Amino acid sequence: MTTESLRSACARTDDEIALIANHMRHDIITMLEASGTGHPGGSLSAADILATLYFSGVMGYDPADPENPERDRFVLSKGHIAPGFYAVLAQVGYLTKDELLTLRKLGSRLQGHPDSNMCPGVEVCTGSLGQGLSVSAGIALGFQLDAKATGAAPRRVFALTGDGELQEGQNWEALMFAGNHGLNNLVAVVDNNNLQIDGHVSDINDIQPLADKFKAFKWHVIETDGHSVPDIRAALEEAVAHEEGPVAIIAKTIKGKGVSFMEDQCKWHGNAPDAEQAAAALKEIDAVGERLAAAVKEA
Amino acid sequence: MAKATRAAFGETLVELVEEGLDVMAVDADLAGSTTTAKLAAAHPDRMVDVGIAEQNMIGVAAGLALTGRTVFTGSFAVFGAGRCWEQIRNTVCVSNLNVKVCPTHAGITVGADGETHQALEDIALMRTLPHMRVLVPADYESAKAAIRLAAKVPGPFYIRLGREGLPEVYGDGLTLEGPEFARVLREGTDVTLAACGVEVAQALAAADILAADGICAEVIDVMSVKPLAEDVIVPSAEKTGLVVTVEEHSIYGGMGSAVAELLGEKLPVRVSRMGMTTFGQSAAASELLAHYGLDAAGIAKHVHEVYGK
Repeated sequence: MTTESLRSACARTDDEIALIANHMRHDIITMLEASGTGHPGGSLSAADILATLYFSGVMGYDPADPENPERDRFVLSKGHIAPGFYAVLAQVGYLTKDELLTLRKLGSRLQGHPDSNMCPGVEVCTGSLGQGLSVSAGIALGFQLDAKATGAAPRRVFALTGDGELQEGQNWEALMFAGNHGLNNLVAVVDNNNLQIDGHVSDINDIQPLADKFKAFKWHVIETDGHSVPDIRAALEEAVAHEEGPVAIIAKTIKGKGVSFMEDQCKWHGNAPDAEQAAAALKEIDAVGERLAAAVKEA
Repeated sequence: MAKATRAAFGETLVELVEEGLDVMAVDADLAGSTTTAKLAAAHPDRMVDVGIAEQNMIGVAAGLALTGRTVFTGSFAVFGAGRCWEQIRNTVCVSNLNVKVCPTHAGITVGADGETHQALEDIALMRTLPHMRVLVPADYESAKAAIRLAAKVPGPFYIRLGREGLPEVYGDGLTLEGPEFARVLREGTDVTLAACGVEVAQALAAADILAADGICAEVIDVMSVKPLAEDVIVPSAEKTGLVVTVEEHSIYGGMGSAVAELLGEKLPVRVSRMGMTTFGQSAAASELLAHYGLDAAGIAKHVHEVYGK
């Protein structure tokens, strides 16, 4: 299969994607309760972004073969949201629901931060913040060189970064490099939830005005609602159609989205829910899920 | 003096490209000094200069490696191994990527640029990393062999290259079959001089001085600090019963430490480490080697002090 046919084979409707994101939220809570440790806040804030990225048809991958050489690439720069990543990989079919429950346990392929040596669908080990954009730029450049040799369009690279993560200086080295090299097959999505471990990003060491910063580094910028599947899909489609250089999608999100008591709360950055908290969270998530499932069924 | 080890870098990369290997280099504004500029001149698509941004240099190299290429990185050892150590650890080594970290200008023989530019800790930083192989070539020919080996064997390598022209040690050329390499260059019975990099030629010259004084020194080139060639080092230590290690690197964590650890476990004999315990300073490379006792005369003097005690 060509990369283009891999992409279209993965495409779902907006309603279906919203339901997938809901299932991911359910799985995030379930696996974190089982492990007793991990990062719910960012996993929940990025669930709609990840679901749309994997199921809108912009990114090509092969559910039957994670190593398919024609695939596009995804790099999770904010590696601590591994539970969100594993949840979407389970939706793809690379992981089973049973395996999700092994998160962070001895011998598990589901390490606390994603490990490409073990986990299917993980391209590179991440977790140390600020390194994913450089790696993504390198992959994008490699694909550009491949394309120059074959005459085909370069395959795409998608990176997901946090906003607090952008305080790391290496990101700006990478942004300068990607902009100057006109890497038009590179799309960076910023999960802009404005929370980091010690507080709100805007209070700790503000990164705004973020769009202006990306633009100054020769990136095209699209700002979007990071919890609206149609908006994220539109942003991704605009990004891959943009030919002049790399594209940043600044996705405004709420950390902990979908679980009311976790929303915009620092303490849910890196703490797992206990059984009682998980039950309350799942009740909220599943209620939304029923509505979303009904919408999919109607359509 | 023959060529510097760094002179082998760009030249060998050009050869590898022309032999059909899918190699690339990423450098950080030091392409002229590291000699990756030679690759850029011959094959512009095979070299990327990221500017003064060593962390990004490692990340971009990692990304290119993920597209199937064998990628060599440059810069000077202080920056290309030190400033981006955590990127080498967490992106390259944890993911076990095909990136070859080959900075130049290691050690005090950087010379006049002084202490901020003289990497004395890079071997220690690199040899603690799982998956990483660490090679310290002694001359131009062995540097070529090390680069060729790294291009052939998948996974991370660290190759420590230097600025100064060095005497020939392997004038007839060298081929490495695997990363585990040490060679007895001169046989002896009284003391083993285990050296790497620029100190191999100094140790050979020291052995001449010691022979005139009646001390018969065996000289080993410990090119691969990790993995160590135990089958060469242990029998030599057994024969002489005294090992003096010599390197233009800190005595803490470098080649001498690695040899001492090995012998401590396998064959406890006396090991005396020669190297640096302070930062360096500005002067000509030869002056610095003499000042810190790391030239042939200094090595011979040290052997006299420890021999027979």
